Amino acid sequence: MAKLKQDKSHEMGLHEEQLKGRTQQRFFSIDESENLTYFHSFDVDTSKSATIDAQDMTPREINREIRELMEKGIGDITVDNPMSRHGVGVGILNRLNLTFSDSLGYFGCGLIDGPNVHIKGRVGWSCAENMMAGTVVIDGNAGSTFGAAIRGGDLVCKGSVGARTGIDQKGGTIIVGGKTGAFSGFMMQRGRMIILGDAGMNLGDSMYDGTIYVGGEVEELGVDCVPGEMTELDIRYLTEKLGNYDMKAPNGIEKMQKYVSGKTLWNYDNLEPNEKKLIL
Amino acid sequence: MSNKEEEFVVGADGLDTDREKDIGQHIGYRYDVNLVPDLKFITPFLQKYIDKMGWKDLNWLEDVHMGYEEDQAAVFDRNINGWVTIPDSIKLPDNQQERDMIARELLIKFQMSENHPMVDLNNAYRKF
Repeated sequence: MAKLKQDKSHEMGLHEEQLKGRTQQRFFSIDESENLTYFHSFDVDTSKSATIDAQDMTPREINREIRELMEKGIGDITVDNPMSRHGVGVGILNRLNLTFSDSLGYFGCGLIDGPNVHIKGRVGWSCAENMMAGTVVIDGNAGSTFGAAIRGGDLVCKGSVGARTGIDQKGGTIIVGGKTGAFSGFMMQRGRMIILGDAGMNLGDSMYDGTIYVGGEVEELGVDCVPGEMTELDIRYLTEKLGNYDMKAPNGIEKMQKYVSGKTLWNYDNLEPNEKKLIL
Repeated sequence: MSNKEEEFVVGADGLDTDREKDIGQHIGYRYDVNLVPDLKFITPFLQKYIDKMGWKDLNWLEDVHMGYEEDQAAVFDRNINGWVTIPDSIKLPDNQQERDMIARELLIKFQMSENHPMVDLNNAYRKF
């Protein structure tokens, strides 16, 4: 490589050195004050409650109102008449008890980190997508891509859900009280899925890691999804988890089937690129 | 680190399958990412945290495990996409469940600290 003129190249942001990732060191004391919430979150009191009548409000207005109530320290919010609007209850990075008295539309409660949400109705596509932490409980049924790319927390649908449940799941626990559609657990990378009813075709297709528990029948397993061995710890975990949401496996937890990744699709070692070059 | 753990993490080469032996590289994590938590090992600090958040179990912390950054015990912080290393002064038990609880407690203390990088990012980029 021709030597670049230092002063000019640096002005333009060009460098000759090998590019590396940036590292940063931060230090903290494990004995410092025991703060239990994010530094930037609102300090809310869950004994203070408020109700929003969303009948004539846009989704943006509903979300703004929830935020303003949190700023005032209110920790228990009920939204009446959500009218199946899309994209409400999103981006809440706070501890909060939030109740929707009826159904939500698409992308409800997405990108949340901390709140406990109860939806007394049904939800449309992609409920709680990219959820980070907290709980979302839906009394009715849910649409497709339920909990898409979820990273953490408990997402519970007491009814049945559509196809591609937990697509690209990277953590957290998805619980379905009824049936789940085709391609549930597609490209799952981590976390747990608990299906109490039947599962549609291609369950766990191309799953990389994570665990799926099924209480009913599985129509067909996807590529690289294989049965796993149920342990005593699994049974104890499922008993506690389902008990938290007053749910029961129809045939008993002991009879549930566990599915894991066969890991035959794990192809990312350092020799593989060279092998591919040889073949091509 | 305890002796047993050191043997497991640092001493072993992690080459089990034929493929791993061919390439001389361990494939996958160096801990069980699918291990579900055993709540009998929960620490008082974690109990206080989940009570404050209004949860009945560890919630998102179920996916937090004690891992290893090079040869140092560490916990992965998803909020900064980096590892938080465990100081040598902390003696770690051999039981993975107990180690995971220590990792969870340390991670919460770091994330809720004023020194966490998210505090700077929040000040710099928060729009509303």
